[in-house]
Amino acid sequence: MSAVGAVIFEERENQIHRKGRAPFDMDCNRESLAGAVSQRACVFCGSRVVLYPIADALHLVHGPIGCAAYTWDIRGALSSGPALHRLSFSTDLQEMDIIFGGEEKLYRALTELIDRHHPKAAFVYSTCIVGIIGDDLESVCRRVASEKKIPVLPVQSEGFKGNKREGYTAACKAMFRLVGTGDTTGISDLSVNILGDFNLAGELWIVRDYFKKMGVETVANITGDGRVEQIMRAHGAALNLVQCSGATIELAKMMKESFGVPFLRVSYFGVEDMAQALYDVAAFFQDKDPGIIERTRQLVKDELSVLYPELRKFREDLSGKKAAIYVGGAFKAFSLVKAFRLLGMQVVMVGSQTGTEEDYRELHEITDEGTIIVDDSNPLELSSFLKEKDCDIFVGGVKERPIAYKLGVGFCDHNHERKQPLEGFVGMLNFAREVHSSVMSPVWSFVPRRRPATAQHG
Amino acid sequence: MEHPPYVSTTNACKLCKPLGACLAFRGIEGSVPLLHGSQGCATYMRRYIISHFREPMDIASSSLGEKHAVYGGGPNLKQALQNVMTKFGAKFIGVATTCLTETIGDDVPAIVHEFRREMHDGGSPHLPALVTVSTPSYSGTHMEGFHAAVRAVVEQISEDKTNSHIARPASLNLLPGFLSPEDLRHLKEIMDDFRFPSVILPDFSMTLDGPALQDYEKIPRGGTPIEDIRHMGGAAASFEFGTTLDCRTAGKFLEERFGTPLHSMGIPIGIRETDVFFDALEQLSGTDCPEKHVLERGRLVDSYVDAHKYLFGKRAVVYGEEDMVVALTSFLAEVGITPVLCASGGRSGRFKQAIERITAGISPQAPAVREGMDFQQIEELALELSPDLIIGHSKGYTLAGKLGIPLIRVGFPIHDRFGGQRILHVGYRGTQSLLDRIVNALIERNQNDSPVGYAYM
Repeated sequence: MSAVGAVIFEERENQIHRKGRAPFDMDCNRESLAGAVSQRACVFCGSRVVLYPIADALHLVHGPIGCAAYTWDIRGALSSGPALHRLSFSTDLQEMDIIFGGEEKLYRALTELIDRHHPKAAFVYSTCIVGIIGDDLESVCRRVASEKKIPVLPVQSEGFKGNKREGYTAACKAMFRLVGTGDTTGISDLSVNILGDFNLAGELWIVRDYFKKMGVETVANITGDGRVEQIMRAHGAALNLVQCSGATIELAKMMKESFGVPFLRVSYFGVEDMAQALYDVAAFFQDKDPGIIERTRQLVKDELSVLYPELRKFREDLSGKKAAIYVGGAFKAFSLVKAFRLLGMQVVMVGSQTGTEEDYRELHEITDEGTIIVDDSNPLELSSFLKEKDCDIFVGGVKERPIAYKLGVGFCDHNHERKQPLEGFVGMLNFAREVHSSVMSPVWSFVPRRRPATAQHG
Repeated sequence: MEHPPYVSTTNACKLCKPLGACLAFRGIEGSVPLLHGSQGCATYMRRYIISHFREPMDIASSSLGEKHAVYGGGPNLKQALQNVMTKFGAKFIGVATTCLTETIGDDVPAIVHEFRREMHDGGSPHLPALVTVSTPSYSGTHMEGFHAAVRAVVEQISEDKTNSHIARPASLNLLPGFLSPEDLRHLKEIMDDFRFPSVILPDFSMTLDGPALQDYEKIPRGGTPIEDIRHMGGAAASFEFGTTLDCRTAGKFLEERFGTPLHSMGIPIGIRETDVFFDALEQLSGTDCPEKHVLERGRLVDSYVDAHKYLFGKRAVVYGEEDMVVALTSFLAEVGITPVLCASGGRSGRFKQAIERITAGISPQAPAVREGMDFQQIEELALELSPDLIIGHSKGYTLAGKLGIPLIRVGFPIHDRFGGQRILHVGYRGTQSLLDRIVNALIERNQNDSPVGYAYM
């Protein structure tokens, strides 16, 4: 404990909770502590993550080169057609632009890129510096939109104006300008929009396929394998399905208010949550189509009859192993806790960058005694928790990976860079396989953690 | 073949200035890089750097929010310094600015000065070394940031040798620029073989490529010792790699301030540029080149001969950081490959001249040299030039795929292959390794393209 205590900042003590020690009471949604090496990103990052997979739109980052360079083709969001999203466009602002303003450069860059790529729409991302020099994005976008006859949407994503959550909101506001502008004729009564799925490694296609089997039409993918035209007619769908804690909930709320489209919160990770999502959708549509319940039951049954025997093999090896989770949004953590339980594993630490009090309360509910729950953590804390709990695997993103590996702990990438689908029933199998391939690797027998003597030689 | 003057940048062939500064700061003992700006900058750069080195890369941030952007980021920067001091136990904190803090007009040296005074008055006289560097992302690339940080370190830490009470033996300051950890290890080995004391600045051979550990190190072991940096002014000479650098380098500073003689030379890749380095070492140390390296050179020349027919007249596109491109081009020209395009996202104004110097008299034709390039432009030019191979970092993968030719991965970033931190580029040994990889890539292509399926090439 003394080692752990030494790395925790006094200011952050209330952002860490150990279940069972005291009644649940946790701080969250605070600004990151200066000097603490937060794993969080910025407002721009939040917007970029959400809008990035819209494959037939131009995504122009208005700012110096870094913001565009660090987000060039880094996510595994697949497209079934156009792939304009995989290019990195920037106005690459220079000193003179900062002094005299970047509006003219933005106008010319936008015009040039729209002429070259003929996108269906353009998103223009504001960055820190644009917020400071005061370029009027709105007016430049309006001008280009009227000249080029496509929607040109400013995204108010100045990095310093909050954290990732504000970026999600900015992205939703930009997308909402598109919603309601398309033709909705021919949309089925049994129809949904899929919100908050980014089609990493083709995951959204898996989910879409389940809905198709249930007889439910998917109108718009928001935003994995996304298309501008789909978003424009998304208001014609009967129901919005919202996954991912914060990313697209604002859009669902705006659509409910303006177009009366109700929404359900779902998760496609793990067996329980995936099945629950399908049953919820079936229940929603059962008045219009009573047969849907049975079709859904059959679908789940078919999937599970394939999945369970496969999972059993992994469960035998993994049972009793210990897992730690640190993810961006807390929704994923809920599903992961359940998924690990299905594998017979114990979650001993769970945290997120941007969870809400409600999120952490739910994590507190579903985890075991002694589990560490943490908000907006950093490498010093995370490494001390991994060591204290003697974890066998850590689930996180690229920034968490070296923390695990350096200490000789297994790792599973559950972030936007993953190349393996982890959603749906098949995703649960992939997840089990990946956890298994890391936890059961013979390499751990060589690391100092398991062989302290070797460390002295090395 | 003139490229159209595009306004927009597509798929940049450069990174932003503070990233370079963070890398340089990581190469100092007990150091934590600290970005004064919004939280996202530090996180994005960490992610980018981690993906290459596969190592922890902690970069602290002053995490400015909206109100700090309005009222100034001073209090946050001080809090960040304090936290990094107490929790990381840093011996050195390198503060780099970002476009946000440069534009809101924070006077970082003044804030740090104030912090020092406040700490001193508050009874904490033993502060870590605090170095600041101005790195607005809107002027220059990560390489300008890297070199500016190295200069800031010697400017703010080195002391006049006459003030030093300890007489120091003759030593060499080696300022290698941005090379791989494997390169830095090789350079150290060469210094050891010459038995000549040296200080390599920065040295992230351990901090960005360390062993497996039992406990997470708050700050990884290794890095240039701060004590050594203090004495750099008293060295016998400085060797600084890079022929496109401006006059505000660490080597220049040491020369002007302390009279430490400066030898500027290219990154030692290829026989000619490596000879320059070894000759200078022989001269400085007064000893002959150790037999081991004489033999490595001999084997390299031997393999140049063995390889020449595979390579003669093959056309290459080379891109990346200016000095890395110059050094690679120099080597390619030596083995009979024709560099047809040398491109960089940098804009030093000295790139073309440097390429002309190293291709003159050896390449039949001068390559097209383009600075300020992005991958849109590199691709347009490359498609016209029908090259046989591409040499550069991972971001040329799409281009290589379009052209159906091999990409030899060098430099930074290597995001789509394993072991980027262990690529050896420099010295006779590094050149040997590059040569083997290039020849094999061309042989492999011939083998795959051949309907006969030769198992003997």
